[in-house]
Amino acid sequence: MGDPTVFGIEQKSESFEPSAVDESRLRKPPPKYPGLRMFRRNKAAVFGAILLIVILFITFVLPLFFDGERTERVGGIHLAPGAEGSTMFGTDYLGRDVGRIVMEGGSATLKVAGLAALVIVGLGTTIGALAGYYGGWVDNVLMRITEFFQVLPGLLFAIVIVALYGASTKTIVLAIGLIAWPTIARLVRAEFLRQKNLEYVKAARAIGANDARIIFKTIMPNTLPVVIVQSTLVMGSAILFEAGLAFLGLSNPKDLSWGFYIGANRNYFLSNWWGVTFPGLMIFFTVLSLSLIGDGLQDAVNPKLRGR
Amino acid sequence: MKQIAVRILQSLGLILAVIVLNFMLVHLAPGDAVDSLAGTAGEMSPETTQRLRDQYGLDEPVTTQLFTYVGNVLQGDLGVSIANNNRPVTEMIGERLWPTVLLSITALTFAVVLGVIVGTFAARRPESGFSHGTTVFALVGFAMPAFWTGYLLLTVFSKNLGWLPISGMEDLRFQGGWFAKQWDLAKHLVLPALSLGLIYIAAYSRLSRASMLEVLESDYVRTARAKGLGERSVLFKHALRNGIIPIVTVLGLQFGAILSGAILVETVFAWPGVGKLAFEAVVERDTNVLLGVLFLVSLTVIIANLVTDLIYRLIDPRIRVSGPSNG
Repeated sequence: MGDPTVFGIEQKSESFEPSAVDESRLRKPPPKYPGLRMFRRNKAAVFGAILLIVILFITFVLPLFFDGERTERVGGIHLAPGAEGSTMFGTDYLGRDVGRIVMEGGSATLKVAGLAALVIVGLGTTIGALAGYYGGWVDNVLMRITEFFQVLPGLLFAIVIVALYGASTKTIVLAIGLIAWPTIARLVRAEFLRQKNLEYVKAARAIGANDARIIFKTIMPNTLPVVIVQSTLVMGSAILFEAGLAFLGLSNPKDLSWGFYIGANRNYFLSNWWGVTFPGLMIFFTVLSLSLIGDGLQDAVNPKLRGR
Repeated sequence: MKQIAVRILQSLGLILAVIVLNFMLVHLAPGDAVDSLAGTAGEMSPETTQRLRDQYGLDEPVTTQLFTYVGNVLQGDLGVSIANNNRPVTEMIGERLWPTVLLSITALTFAVVLGVIVGTFAARRPESGFSHGTTVFALVGFAMPAFWTGYLLLTVFSKNLGWLPISGMEDLRFQGGWFAKQWDLAKHLVLPALSLGLIYIAAYSRLSRASMLEVLESDYVRTARAKGLGERSVLFKHALRNGIIPIVTVLGLQFGAILSGAILVETVFAWPGVGKLAFEAVVERDTNVLLGVLFLVSLTVIIANLVTDLIYRLIDPRIRVSGPSNG
């Protein structure tokens, strides 16, 4: 074919031969995952990730090393942590081991929060995408609905739903899902509004992609960074919502989740501080770890906001 | 002017939507009011249940029931409490309203004032230890469940130090003049307001720090500095006026969250407000009371949002002209 011609100017290919380049003067190749490096550089985020791993280990792995049911009586009632005949984290009003109960108490909370986060992200991205992509009356209707759910007092609405329809995992997940999706919907909508007129979307349309393909295959992947950051934060609030519901007794009593256990111990907190404190610490550290991770991801995805 | 009218109409629409939602929640739930009555009574003959269904209009078409319900609510009739000898729900909520209003307003005021002050000073020196401390505090404050914070505060300040009362709104054995009584109330108020407000102090300090960081980089702040204004004047007169706008925006929306949070905090401190009423209703499965509280709180949030929006127009002339952007 010979040398290519651009605008009539002959392009000399010899000068681009690999042999002509001094290898040592080449710049280092760009990092494969710049985001990951950015995340790693954020020490708080790394701390958050480690914290979360520890919590997951305590909740799902550690209980395997213990025999018997966690609801078994291990000694006298209200024994302080480390007291004679007591355990490391004390015993509760039924003489059960607080440490043992709190250890597994996270499994129900984390399950509910994880599923709720899925519902929230699913609902939020779908509604946000449709509103942002189609605009016009679709956007108008969907945004009115979003507004309505934003105005509803979240926790109270969830309480009413769970009180009316029963405290099953399904109901609790749906209740939390229903109250928390608007934030993600608004963010995704804003992203779609921004991106739908960009060149790459026009290109996709030009080659004949239909709406569904453009929404889910073309634009959606580009909103992922925003969605991923937000979903870690959403997961944190989902845990707080679940804990609040459980504290009021709106959860499966058999799960003995962290929030529920605080509620169960609340009448004795004046003489038994450990029954309320330890489950609360677990909620605190879990939400904290997710916030730290979310912040780290935010920095990685959107470096402009760093330190804000 | 036209925009304000539109906003008010929208708010009315939202209120109507909440009423319809309330109706749907009950209508779709398994069993009806008579079933739960029969459950409380232990046993009920089919004739009695039929008579009650006729009496409550439960056999009417859904749309008729809906219209009756909407009509009742608009007249201030939220039904009766089954667990409390058929007392009107409106009356029960009315009794409990003031403590909740006092608690939430105190918590919110605490949060806005402290949050904005902390955030503003943090933004002045973004790399200082104080500023980083604010960020840490915001994360910690968000992660603490309000009811748990309540128990920690109670353990430290009431049980160990003995400074503040443990529960309720007033000392029942209290005797003394008006001022002493207010002092007593204030002492009861401190811990609940702090547990409820902590998360918002954290949130607002972070939000105002971010907002002020942005504002302090702007040209008009540089101009203000360049013309030799004192630091205090630059910060509080020029920068804060714009820096505070995002806070006002979220205030209205968070009113609902703070009233929801009050349910948990009031339960912890036995604060005799609407939140504790809601908790009692959960325990007693008293549907009408729960729905009444949901309606009332939603109504408050909608009104708070409307008011925020109007204030927003006052402090930001740009919106008065073009209307707030939906973003």
